Amino acid sequence: MFGFGILSGLTFLPLVGAGLIALVKEDNDGGKNTIRWIALWTTLVTLALSFYAWSQFVPGVADFQFVEEKSWFGSGLSYKMGVDGISFPFVVLTAFLMPFCIAASWQSIDVRVKQYFIAFLVLETLMIGVFCALDLVLFYLFFEGGLIPMFIIIGVWGGKRRIYASFKFFLYTLAGSLLMLVAIMAMYAQTHSTDIVGLLTTKFDPDLQKWLWLAFFASFAVKMPMWPVHTWLPDAHVEAPTAGSVILAGILLKMGGYGFIRFSLPMFPDASHYFAPLVFALSVIAIVYTSLVALVQEDIKKLIAYSSVAHMGFVTMGLFAMNQQAVEGAVFQMVSHGIVSGALFLCVGVVYDRMHTREIAAYGGIVAKMPVYAAIFMVFTMANVGLPGTSGFVGEFLTLIGAFKANTWVALFATTGVILSAAYALYLYWRVVFGKLEKPSLQGLADLSAREFAILAPLVLLTIWYGVQPNQILHACSGAVAQLIKNYNAALAVTRTAALSLY
Amino acid sequence: METLQLALVHALPEVILAVGVIAMVLVGAFRGKSDDGPMSEIAVVLLGAALVAIVLKTPGVSGVVFDNAFVDDRFGDFMKALALIGSIVTLLMAGDFFRGEGINKFEFPILVVLATLGMLMLISANGLISLYLGLELMSLALYVTAALARDDARASEAGLKYFVLGALSSGMLLYGASLLYGFSGTVSFTGIAAAIGDHPNVGVIFGLVFLFTGLAFKMSVVPFHMWTPDVYEGAPTPVTAFFASAPKMAAVAIATRVIYTAFPGATHQWQQIVIFMSIASMALGAFAAIKQDNIKRLMAYSSIGHMGFALVGLAAGTEEGVKGVLFYMAIYLVMTLGAFAAILSMRVNGRPVEKIADLSGLDNTNRPMALFIALLMVSLSGVPPLAGFFAKWYVFLAAVQANLFALAVIGVLCSAVAAFYYWRIIKVMYFDDAAPAFDKPSLTLRAVLAVSAVSMLLYWVYPAPLVQAAESAAKSLF
Repeated sequence: MFGFGILSGLTFLPLVGAGLIALVKEDNDGGKNTIRWIALWTTLVTLALSFYAWSQFVPGVADFQFVEEKSWFGSGLSYKMGVDGISFPFVVLTAFLMPFCIAASWQSIDVRVKQYFIAFLVLETLMIGVFCALDLVLFYLFFEGGLIPMFIIIGVWGGKRRIYASFKFFLYTLAGSLLMLVAIMAMYAQTHSTDIVGLLTTKFDPDLQKWLWLAFFASFAVKMPMWPVHTWLPDAHVEAPTAGSVILAGILLKMGGYGFIRFSLPMFPDASHYFAPLVFALSVIAIVYTSLVALVQEDIKKLIAYSSVAHMGFVTMGLFAMNQQAVEGAVFQMVSHGIVSGALFLCVGVVYDRMHTREIAAYGGIVAKMPVYAAIFMVFTMANVGLPGTSGFVGEFLTLIGAFKANTWVALFATTGVILSAAYALYLYWRVVFGKLEKPSLQGLADLSAREFAILAPLVLLTIWYGVQPNQILHACSGAVAQLIKNYNAALAVTRTAALSLY
Repeated sequence: METLQLALVHALPEVILAVGVIAMVLVGAFRGKSDDGPMSEIAVVLLGAALVAIVLKTPGVSGVVFDNAFVDDRFGDFMKALALIGSIVTLLMAGDFFRGEGINKFEFPILVVLATLGMLMLISANGLISLYLGLELMSLALYVTAALARDDARASEAGLKYFVLGALSSGMLLYGASLLYGFSGTVSFTGIAAAIGDHPNVGVIFGLVFLFTGLAFKMSVVPFHMWTPDVYEGAPTPVTAFFASAPKMAAVAIATRVIYTAFPGATHQWQQIVIFMSIASMALGAFAAIKQDNIKRLMAYSSIGHMGFALVGLAAGTEEGVKGVLFYMAIYLVMTLGAFAAILSMRVNGRPVEKIADLSGLDNTNRPMALFIALLMVSLSGVPPLAGFFAKWYVFLAAVQANLFALAVIGVLCSAVAAFYYWRIIKVMYFDDAAPAFDKPSLTLRAVLAVSAVSMLLYWVYPAPLVQAAESAAKSLF
């Protein structure tokens, strides 16, 4: 329509919904419900559109698809959208998680309903835009723009320390991305282009690459988050409302990994190779250290937040191992973690809505009152552990295999993380669900409502489906990943030959 | 006769303002009343006419007239248009405030027009003498407006402080100009450029430093910024809005013109000065504003910081850099006017308030206003997709292209620090409990606030015209 393609439609459709919501008056319950329904329908239509795009998407191909381009700022910057096998799963994941977020906020958000849903829909636009953008500046626009609604979501509807958490989130991310901005400018200064497709085949000087890599790393490492710049995440997760946590864990963290795979690895192969040991070290520390930290957490959300950091460690490890299994595994791990951690936060939200506390000590033995909930929570806990048969296993296994090929020691230490994750996840599950139901406050707990069940059931199915049928995602990205690795190795070979010829 | 006509055509906006302001003085003097009456409207019409004259001017017509003293080019047109918009919007916003304070004197519109006339002449100055004339015409009018509320101790202090420091800086500028004249034998910028060639001697560099000192004072960049917070806080708010918008355009324009037309041979020398001023201003603007609780003072530090960012583009010393500066000033103007419309709207029970805490919980009491202010703050902090980001993009891009990486990195880090205090205002409005509600602002204020906020928000939809205008304006300087 108007010369715009399906990706523009996907990206800006939520914005249209936000516009509609802005026109509704929210001073009575009817108005609030209208707003909720508009938000839900908007996300559902977006989801439907993303499924339609999926049906048109050719899997296993390395090229960008659905490409659209318009002149925008005159020189240099252009409006260019497109997806390949690496970015497209994230687009669908985003569109997929949003209706759950809307549904999860149905009752728990009762103040400033209008602003809340507008913020979420704007956030959806920006998140989908991040994965679709094929222009560096356009990418940056979406990437950084996401800070605005997320800041508001944490700050307005968050918990007690929401202001501290929102500022910490904002300043950490902003400082990181501003360095990336300078790197983007340097790339533009070199090539006079911000076209990602063109830059993917541009060879930057190896010394410059190192600086550019570090600047991008500053941004993506914070977003990922990698140890030691992960400290904003537990705070943000704990204070954010349930749906905010879902989005944070499900999508926003994936932007860091996506950034590595889209920019750092293909555009700065020499620097990536040079810095790979650093990334391995940080990943292993993240996996082991944050798993240990997760063990001693008193707050359910904080525990899951630390486990997210550990799981993202597997992703960075896999990405920089740079072989087919590892990178595919990393992409899969991100998608799977998006679903599983999102679902875990939804599970926490369920009990939080009833008890208004996230203290682990406040729970215990709720299986007696909430058997269905206990079963569903268990599936996600197992997926978080990486039990074979759940989607969590595939990603961890593939990244570990890949890491083993690249560096045995890294794989060795990372594998201990699998054991630790079993420890903290089961310990959490045991303390919350099992044991004797003694606390009087828990006596009145009701099991899942129909709405909650409807939210969680599809995620259970998907977790198990991807556990036994991972090919859908692996196949979708295989072509793009193969291309990435081929170019990466070719670039390294060129540099090596050049270096040898100097002697 | 032919040449005079030609000259007057080139100076048409200035002629309109000069003739008009004389008429206004006569009307004011013979009306026999001290209130403003229709003077504000007349002034707006005059300034509007000058703006129309610039906009409708045949594109591509440029020339140097009045014996090399006055240059008419795209660069000048761009900056003059900005200065005029600043003055017009200030006048539109000022009326209610002055009536409320009982200081709605007819002198104010006249002084604004006079100052604007000075700005236009300053922007078009092509020699040291016309530079000084324009600068003084502008400054003298501004000194008086600062002390307009003469019964208010703070305003009188502001006016006096501004005047004394301003006179000092004018003196420095004159001293620099005399040195330059002495060592180059000419007052015209192009003549100076030709005389110093590629190897400026010590005398010329001395002159350059002193000249730049005077201009830095008008731009209020560190280390010549001391007056800014006090004057911004003390002067009546519409006057502060005026100071923060139009004169800044003129000062940045003439600084740009001087260094590119008179000192292309001394790039290495002035670049050091500009880089230092830029870094110092960005850092001071970022750190000193954090602790402020008065929003006018905060805006003062914010404007110092923004001048620092604009100077980043200037420091690049390239056409790209000038384009960045022009673009930055345009966006800065819109944001500043919007922000001051918001500050002028802060009135409780008919009295103006200016503490940041007064904005608490504004989202509960006046939702559109809170949203618009939030948008402006996001834009001022340079977070995309608002226009403030693109402004920073172009200046930093120019710096990176000129290999000034350290400057760019320091700049973006300063902007991250500065983001803290802009976003603190969002926090105050959205996360805190409600303070007493504001009175309903006048239609003009609401319109200015809404237009500036929405145009910043939606700038990305159709960005090309402004970019192209800045591009062609920058080209005319090279």
